[in-house]
Amino acid sequence: MRKVYLDHASTTPLLPEVREAMIPFLGETFGNPSSLHDWGDAAREAVEAARAQVAQLIGANAEEIIFTGSGTESNNFAIKGLALAQQNKGKHVVLSAIEHFSVLQSARTLEKWGFELSLLPVDKYGVVDPKDVRKSLRKDTVLVSIIHANGEVGTIEPIQEIARITRESNVVFHTDAVATAGTIPVDVKELGVDVLSLAGNQFYGPKGVGALWVRKGVRIMPLLDGGVQEGGRRAGTENIPAIVGLGKAAELAKSTMAARIEHLTQLRDRLLNGLPSRIDHVVVTGHPQNRLPGNASFCVEFIEGESMLMLLNSQGVAVSSGSACTSRALKASHVLIAVGISHELAQGSILFTLGIDSTPEDIDYVLEVLPPIVDRLRQMSPLYAKFIKESKGGK
Amino acid sequence: MPVYSEKVMEHFMNPRNVGEIEDADGVGEEGNPVCGDMMTFYIKVKDNRLDDVKFKTFGCGAAIAVSSMVSEMAKGKTLEEAMKITPRSVANELEGLPKNKFHCSNLGAQALNKAIQDYLSKKKAKGGKE
Repeated sequence: MRKVYLDHASTTPLLPEVREAMIPFLGETFGNPSSLHDWGDAAREAVEAARAQVAQLIGANAEEIIFTGSGTESNNFAIKGLALAQQNKGKHVVLSAIEHFSVLQSARTLEKWGFELSLLPVDKYGVVDPKDVRKSLRKDTVLVSIIHANGEVGTIEPIQEIARITRESNVVFHTDAVATAGTIPVDVKELGVDVLSLAGNQFYGPKGVGALWVRKGVRIMPLLDGGVQEGGRRAGTENIPAIVGLGKAAELAKSTMAARIEHLTQLRDRLLNGLPSRIDHVVVTGHPQNRLPGNASFCVEFIEGESMLMLLNSQGVAVSSGSACTSRALKASHVLIAVGISHELAQGSILFTLGIDSTPEDIDYVLEVLPPIVDRLRQMSPLYAKFIKESKGGK
Repeated sequence: MPVYSEKVMEHFMNPRNVGEIEDADGVGEEGNPVCGDMMTFYIKVKDNRLDDVKFKTFGCGAAIAVSSMVSEMAKGKTLEEAMKITPRSVANELEGLPKNKFHCSNLGAQALNKAIQDYLSKKKAKGGKE
């Protein structure tokens, strides 16, 4: 059976070049970068080379990069660390309603610690209005965090415009670029942000490694205390193989980005246009154009996402869904609800995220196998039966 | 894939008794699309036995498997026997359901029960007229 992995937002495969780069550090080059002998030097050089590679990917200075254990850690570090470092100035934090859970839940923790939160709405395409950011700012606002692009709907946010506002008001601005760094051009100077999160497993690097870029001069309180690794901002012996892999993946992402984007955009549009032409009552979620190159997200009416996902899996196709039934908490995706999708329609969520190895044939295979799956589930659906009866009765 | 038993997967992939009964003797609906799962059961009764049972379900893999299993368990049973089918006995027949799915997706027994109640109240109304 054909195997088609279209769940790259969950994680990407490791590129062979990345794996090759990592292997020595799982073997002979095992030293601790903090050690003062040759073993330590070799490890330290590898970490610093990777730091330079990651810095280059986002147009930053190497000494401003802090390696972390994941995108989630980067976001926790940013939200809690930036807020705590400035709590004498104020305790108000501004976020969008479509932040990743690692930002949202970190901010919920801040609330428990006495901070106040403003959650900004998004329009039906998932776009934050910079005017709302301006309106939300108060004297005691210490942090604004807006996601660069949400992986569930793919919409790219107007980060530059928001950064102009936060800069005028002298408020620290963090963006969660986990879905964008290594995928689309991300330049911290162009974006104008102060702090930015990224993660290796989103662009063909290893899992369990991320980075936080903190502009020089911005104060952040460490989450992990201990030794003086990462300039004293993130204690703990470095995960050298993963950091080396992240560096290599960053280098490859930078050098091949234009070609990757062109490839992904073509395939994405093939799916975004192809699916609604083959299946009735399908809604595209997110922005029609201004979206991540590999993101094609839909809601299919009258049926539920997990059953679609399971039947697609039985045909060799891997996807995600934001339906309540697919979440452990059995809650519909907060992102879909924020863009104005009803709870009922959100049940039909299905998310395809394409990768650099995806092919036109993969897309055509999905376009071939999905319509009969949708049809089969609709034949089983009391909602579809009602809809058909009502539309017949109406005529 | 969600952590489903082989039996759940088997019923999900090959659900029994999907459909509607045009001239059903009783119809029962449980759940709603907002919370995620919704099931409609149709029954045909002959000599106090469930002669035919069909269902339509909107929901996850567990919801579809539950509906299929309930229809299979109920078919041929007397009304009294069928009313003894519980979410617990359905889950047991399915060799277990994930904890978080037990309540929201396991509505088949209730929907069937509602269909039987619907039949009984219709019968009573008819009996009253005679």
